[in-house]
Amino acid sequence: MTDRAAILQMESVVVRYGRLTAVDRLSLVVGDGETLGLVGESGCGKTSLAKALVGLTPIDRGRILLDGADTSRGDATKRGWLSQRIQLLFQDPVASLSPRLSVRRLLQEPLRIRHALTPQTWQEVRQLVVDLGLSESLLQLYPHQLSGGQARRVSLVRALAMRPRIIVADEPTAGLDLSVQGELLNLLAQLQRRLGLTYVVVSHNLNVIGRITDRVAVMYLGQIVEVGTTRRIFDRPAHHYTAGLIAANPVLDRARRRKRTVLQGELPSPHDPPPGCRFHTRCPAVQERCRLEEPALRPDAAGHQVACHFPLDGG
Amino acid sequence: MAAPLLSIRGLEVRYATERGPARVLRSVDIDIPENAVVGVVGESGSGKSTLALTLMDLLPGNAQQSAASLLFEGVELSSLPRSQRRRLRGTRMAMVFQDPMSSLHPLFAIGTQMVDIQRTKHPELSSRDLRQRAAAMLTRVGVPDAAARMSRYPHEFSGGMRQRVMIAMALLVQPKLLIADEPTTALDATIEAQIVELLRDVRSDIRGSIILISHSLGLVADLCDHVVVMYAGEVVETGAVDDVFGAPQHPYTRALLDCEIDPWAAVEKGAALPRIPGAPPDLVEMPAGCVFAPRCPQRHERCGVAPALKSLDGNRTVACWLR
Amino acid sequence: MARWLLARVMNTHAGAFGLVTVVVLLIVAIAAPLVALHDPNAIAPIDRLQPPSLAHIFGTDHLGRDLYSRVVYGTRVAIGVSIVVMSISLSVGVLLGIGAAYAPRALDQLVLSIFDIINAFPSIILALALVAVLGAGLGNLILLVSVVFIPQFGRVARAQTLSIRNSLFFEAEKVLGTQPWRILLHHVLPNIIGPIFVLASMNIPVVITIEAGLSFLGVGVRPPLASWGNLLHDGYTYLDQSPWPAITSGLALMLATLGFTLLGEALRDAIDPKLRRER
Repeated sequence: MTDRAAILQMESVVVRYGRLTAVDRLSLVVGDGETLGLVGESGCGKTSLAKALVGLTPIDRGRILLDGADTSRGDATKRGWLSQRIQLLFQDPVASLSPRLSVRRLLQEPLRIRHALTPQTWQEVRQLVVDLGLSESLLQLYPHQLSGGQARRVSLVRALAMRPRIIVADEPTAGLDLSVQGELLNLLAQLQRRLGLTYVVVSHNLNVIGRITDRVAVMYLGQIVEVGTTRRIFDRPAHHYTAGLIAANPVLDRARRRKRTVLQGELPSPHDPPPGCRFHTRCPAVQERCRLEEPALRPDAAGHQVACHFPLDGG
Repeated sequence: MAAPLLSIRGLEVRYATERGPARVLRSVDIDIPENAVVGVVGESGSGKSTLALTLMDLLPGNAQQSAASLLFEGVELSSLPRSQRRRLRGTRMAMVFQDPMSSLHPLFAIGTQMVDIQRTKHPELSSRDLRQRAAAMLTRVGVPDAAARMSRYPHEFSGGMRQRVMIAMALLVQPKLLIADEPTTALDATIEAQIVELLRDVRSDIRGSIILISHSLGLVADLCDHVVVMYAGEVVETGAVDDVFGAPQHPYTRALLDCEIDPWAAVEKGAALPRIPGAPPDLVEMPAGCVFAPRCPQRHERCGVAPALKSLDGNRTVACWLR
Repeated sequence: MARWLLARVMNTHAGAFGLVTVVVLLIVAIAAPLVALHDPNAIAPIDRLQPPSLAHIFGTDHLGRDLYSRVVYGTRVAIGVSIVVMSISLSVGVLLGIGAAYAPRALDQLVLSIFDIINAFPSIILALALVAVLGAGLGNLILLVSVVFIPQFGRVARAQTLSIRNSLFFEAEKVLGTQPWRILLHHVLPNIIGPIFVLASMNIPVVITIEAGLSFLGVGVRPPLASWGNLLHDGYTYLDQSPWPAITSGLALMLATLGFTLLGEALRDAIDPKLRRER
């Protein structure tokens, strides 16, 4: 596991939308200063989890501890407590900016919310805008006039102006061309070093995840099936789903292209997950026990966790 | 060297915009050989999707196209009347879109649509026979319970299943040229892998060529024999996929390949990711000279004049003064 | 923003005409004492029902009062009533609409039902019925006609607010920890104003017509106060003796309705595409 202090602890978190259980008894720890990747396909619940972390969606069961404090009790429930500790970068940056406000007012807003709008703080924000590679002439524009990349950076400045310790990034490279992806990721890395940030990166882009994260949690139908260091997940995945996911990633280098274990079958609907191990309908190593008994997420000696009765490599 | 199935010379496409005409494709020269899978890669603004739409004659109203020559199976496409051009679509040329809902009629059952598209090609067969062929093809592409599924509507299928239906429809039509525009981009990773496997599997069933348009270099490396690299409306490099990706000749291709992240590469954690600084040029006010020059790490004085696409050994072409 | 709107409106002939007409009417209404040439209430039975002349450019009515001056003061009534009515409807409607959007389901449904009930009646019938219960007169008229228009503003405000609450930027503001009042003031209201404004400008000619209609029927503005409606009524009564009272008040009503309608449509066309582009 990680030898950092835990900054975020999710304990048996359940998130429901009516009768749909999007996140099912999920437990996960995020270490201070690390970059954790959340991967999974449609219906895995990673977006719901991200929303629950920032307080957009209420938790039905379980709890989330931020710096030891239960986010559903006491001071932590007051408006502003969570927002000054954890922020979210949305997948569609242009749509996440209020259309009738100029960039200037959008950037001033977080400062006003904190009752901290002074010439000095405003100057710091403007400096950050420049540091992020944006021109000050953008200040007078409106969101619909910004490119996706520009809007993303404006959102980033807004998030940072709240002085959070954790930033959840929902598909940070979605819609970005290959040639400009690196720029954003480098920026995020720089900011992490400079400000001691913790990142939770939700992404379906395994290349990006493989490069920028320290640890990865793999989700399937609302549950975590495997958590471990990025290196281990990519080199020696223990869960059959993880192996399938890694193998599905198109790889440029022909030499490295592995024998494809293509996972068959459709993604079950989260409304109606299979009994026992939820992955059993698609698992190449399925056995009778898998249909009946749900495997628990168990750590091995090295701290790597997997939820499988018959993991690869004997776990 | 057999005559290419499709030969494009000097293709130009402009879109009328408020600020003036945007030159979306400029002097595009491409050869698509028979029985080949050709990938067209490029980023936003490269013009790769416009290329597909041009071939299928599906350009929007504000587009203007002109080409020195657009030869398909030896016939000059621009000399054909509109109605004949339209008849080519769906018979000798077919297209699979990123979003299958764009090409599947939402109000007709899948079976009805699959029978419909076969009629032009097989006027002699009865509806029953056509239905049987359709069901058989659905099974071939991995749709379980094909006979029952024929009476279902497109919205009742998942994304991956819809793409399988599209591929089945393409196989039924047996086009000489199948154009697939980002066919797997909207699919989940494991479903994408299934479709890729399917495409590889049925490749031999398609007695024609496939043009695969994608922003994913890995996908193209996986499925294609040849690749065409486009940047800002121009072709900058072409060749066998292993040649181009293994030993790129154009600075853009090389820079783009560098940007592709290898999750297994041993990299020290603090190292910055490569990128191409700057942005693609404005298609309305194009600067003179090589289109990539402003961002090219190897630009020099000659780059003030646009280089032509030059042939190199081994059936490759590149548009760069450095070669 | 205002300049841009002005340019777009003036771009079309219809819009330009509408704008000019409305501006002229507004000036006439505000500066009525200056624009009128006689005391509108000055009775001179000797001069009754005269055709237009140099002294009375529109002619006189059945009591010898100067038609032109009465039409001018009638402008005041028409414009005054419609603006006040719109303001009241708008304020109450938007408040109720936003409230309903934020309220729990039961309350929301209650408000919607009230809107539906009001909307079920054709506006003039409803206004007549309310007048019958509460009595005629300018004050009552204003209040009652306001009620008629509240549902329209309410529904638009509610629909817009709901759509905003479902939007991504609304979620983004919540994540940022923005105070609810700030969200309302800076993020909800500015996004509502466009459609509300258009609705108001398109409804003004309707209010003018309703007021004129009620006054015509004798239950709105009562003489001697001049309203185009009661001028028309008198004109209708004495039509065989002189067409001028009917013609002049009728023309004024027509012009006002036309002008405001054209302006409203031009504003809608100018604002709507902008909204559409922004989405």
